[in-house]
Amino acid sequence: MIMAQQHEPMYIQYFNDECRPLSFYLEKMNGYAASKKAFGMSQDDIINEVKKSNLRGRGGAGFPTGMKWGFIPKQSAKPKYLVCNADESEPGTFKDRDLMRYTPHLLIEGMLIAAFAVGAHHGYIYIRGEYTREAKLLQIAIDEAYAKGYLGKNVQGSGFDFDLTVHRGAGAYICGEETGLLNSLEGKRGEPRVKPPFPAQAGAFGGPTVVNNVETLTAVPYIINKGGEWFSALGKVEKSGGTRIICVSGHVNKPGLYEINAGSMTVRQIIDLAGGVLGGKKLKAVIPGGSSAPVLTADEIDVIYDIEPLMKVGTMMGSAAMMVVSEDYCMVKLIQRITKFYAHESCGQCTPCREGCKWMEDVLERILHGKGREQDLNLLLDITDNIAGKTLCALGDAAAGPVASFVKKFKPEFEAYIRGEKHG
Amino acid sequence: MAKILSQKFYDEMNKLVPRYPTRVALLLPALHQAQEEAGWLPSEVMEEIGEYIGIHPAQVREVASFYTMYNLNPVGKYHIKVCTNVACCLRGADEIVEHIEKKFGIACGGTTPDKKFTLMEEECLGACGTAPAMMLNDDYYENLDIKTIDQLLDGLK
Ligand SMILES: Cc1cc2nc3c(=O)[nH]c(=O)nc-3n(C[C@H](O)[C@H](O)[C@H](O)COP(=O)(O)O)c2cc1C
Repeated sequence: MIMAQQHEPMYIQYFNDECRPLSFYLEKMNGYAASKKAFGMSQDDIINEVKKSNLRGRGGAGFPTGMKWGFIPKQSAKPKYLVCNADESEPGTFKDRDLMRYTPHLLIEGMLIAAFAVGAHHGYIYIRGEYTREAKLLQIAIDEAYAKGYLGKNVQGSGFDFDLTVHRGAGAYICGEETGLLNSLEGKRGEPRVKPPFPAQAGAFGGPTVVNNVETLTAVPYIINKGGEWFSALGKVEKSGGTRIICVSGHVNKPGLYEINAGSMTVRQIIDLAGGVLGGKKLKAVIPGGSSAPVLTADEIDVIYDIEPLMKVGTMMGSAAMMVVSEDYCMVKLIQRITKFYAHESCGQCTPCREGCKWMEDVLERILHGKGREQDLNLLLDITDNIAGKTLCALGDAAAGPVASFVKKFKPEFEAYIRGEKHG
Repeated sequence: MAKILSQKFYDEMNKLVPRYPTRVALLLPALHQAQEEAGWLPSEVMEEIGEYIGIHPAQVREVASFYTMYNLNPVGKYHIKVCTNVACCLRGADEIVEHIEKKFGIACGGTTPDKKFTLMEEECLGACGTAPAMMLNDDYYENLDIKTIDQLLDGLK
């Protein structure tokens, strides 16, 4: 058995119903002490502490959080906003759901501190529409916080006002993309915006806006309580602080959430942590960071599971959603399903993504049904070239990368279909 | 025009007004609330929402049609949405869909003639660690197998 972490984890020991109420948070988790401390600090000091912590965005892109907060102008004619991205729409990801249903006050306090640091007086939690129950639980926690003076006017006697609103999405992957999310928050179709302007300049309702993932924000109270250096030291690779909640799913014996020190384990070790490959079978492939991440073969899993090491081997950590595939699952079928998702979720604004995803889906479908042609694999790679980097948002890249990686790394499986030796 | 939406709808919406700097931002919450009452979003309901918010009904429809959770057509009393995305697929979601299709004699997207069940295939529900998963109306059901599904569905009135 491999030790999950050298330190006490930050989150998963609280993932049960007893930990949800405000009373638990106050008594057992040092609740709302960090915000009290933050109110005694300057905005710059808070941002510097977060910079020191090497906290990087947990939503997918891994952007340094302190730097993001630093982009928000001090003075602004328009109100500033803080938006929590709780869309959790990247396939394979299920960590934010537990953070919200079990430790809602950690999120509320993290938002309170973030809002104070950037001078925002209203925050929104944009939660995916399907999480009806989690939205209700969040609302209950928010009501508790208002009742006890942790939200609203003059929070904890600090003179700082902060309102927090839960806003439900309605079923659209693209609303996880931060500017699609902002449009959706404003009551529009969730189509991503042209950047610049970036949200830090003109985000929600035209005001300077910070968008952060749930897990990013829940790290903030720890950073303020225990210090940026403490948080940074939890990470075992450079420029990556804290712990990471990894969502392990697919063909493992014990799917679920695992929290490890950032960069402390390889992909192989994490699969072992999750009980090994289901039924003792052989491993075929790992999708390491949500369905948008290029696939790794069984020979490529001795890489450290963190942002930079995975980038170096041509894939990404994304939202830390690791999906494990065992020897007898068909890779052609799998990539066809993944591509169908992107074709369905493409918002249709950019031609390369709208047309390209549909084309890839159709070509994969015909390969799967025994109608593939010899030139189809090159055609697929050609289409991925015509999508990647040519769209307003990263959905196009997210669709193209996996297809290219599957075709290149599992070519014989595709060829068997094309030669008519296999059927879907 | 006679109002279809209840006083509760208007009360809930009026409570939300101070939460947003614009009125249009009420649109998603309004569509959710209306669908909760009416089960789906007929044209008259969208017109009434548009009137309340102060936007053209076409704008309401333009937005509503972007999001899969808004039902632009009537659905059954029990709306089954089975996730068939990667993690669920790896854990046998296809067999579950097939089983329910056979059980009710409908294809994905269809509704039983008695309007009791609508079956849909869903994209990732964010329950991958407890796959396969599905939603029945607003509730999640996880770690599914054929037996638990039969027990659940057979018990519905
Ligand atoms: C297609 C697409 C979907 C995304 N989905 C999510 C999501 O569900 N949740 C999330 O936090 N970030 C998602 N992101 C990333 C966000 O755009 C953004 O980078 C993130 O919310 C920033 O917060 P962070 O810096 O705290 O990670 C998505 C990005 C893209 C391109």
